[in-house]
Amino acid sequence: MIPVSHVLTLSAVLFSIGVTGVIIRRNALIVFMCIELMLNAVNLGFIGFAYGMHSMTGVMFVFFVLIVAASEAVIGLAIMLAIFRNRGTLNIDEINLLRW
Amino acid sequence: MELNLIFFYIFAAMAVGGALSVLLFRSPAYCAMALVGTFGFLSAIFILLNSEFVAAIQLLIYAGAIMILFLFVIMLLNLRTDTAFSLKWSFPKLLGAAVTMVILAQMIGAFNHPSAKIGPQGKYSPEYLAEQGAVEIIGEILFTDYVLPFEVISVLLMVAVIGAVIIAKRRDTGPGGDSGGDSGGASGGGEGEEP
Repeated sequence: MIPVSHVLTLSAVLFSIGVTGVIIRRNALIVFMCIELMLNAVNLGFIGFAYGMHSMTGVMFVFFVLIVAASEAVIGLAIMLAIFRNRGTLNIDEINLLRW
Repeated sequence: MELNLIFFYIFAAMAVGGALSVLLFRSPAYCAMALVGTFGFLSAIFILLNSEFVAAIQLLIYAGAIMILFLFVIMLLNLRTDTAFSLKWSFPKLLGAAVTMVILAQMIGAFNHPSAKIGPQGKYSPEYLAEQGAVEIIGEILFTDYVLPFEVISVLLMVAVIGAVIIAKRRDTGPGGDSGGDSGGASGGGEGEEP
């Protein structure tokens, strides 16, 4: 029996690594990968709860989170393609059209 | 019983290592491969947690589909001139990382607090799942209790596919404009072309 708190701790560690990557990396693709990592850490938390509570709700939520992550990745990568075509860079410090 | 725990710690350490290499590698292609490794180790952890179905769709969708999409975009974009691995620790980045560490410490403290007891509450024990078949139970719940979210999420997927095609489409907005100009001058297009 794996302790549920250890699973949740691993989930929190992975989530924090993802947040740190979103903060410190400047390449938009890697920021996007870190967002995927955060989604996956949350999935791990859901599975940990479903494992500890003998429930199936967590598995259902992971299923839906996976589909939302897939559509988000498709849309986000299309947006990055369009940005790279227009601006010639993916450095998020230089993509500042909407900055005030 | 103990072997389970040992494998969990091994896979957890490898997943954290993969995540850290996503954070620290220089090239986006290396980051993508490290992320594939992280997803693989996470799916191994899902198998250890009695969720074989989730492990399978994790490997299929994340490591198979999404990361291939990432690699295709990295290949298409030719980011070699765009390196920009500037890990200069400016003050906002340092502040953000510090706040993240504080949140991490708080989450770990909350998860390991002695009052946070997570006990079995549902009827889906591992024995029950092994007897009935986990995938069959998932399918049954998905098409009875969660049938409305299932339909809504299928609409969401279709909208995402159409939106991706429209966003990533190369628009030829040259001097010709839209090519349907001869279908009638009453459409308001004959404003500034002819003079």
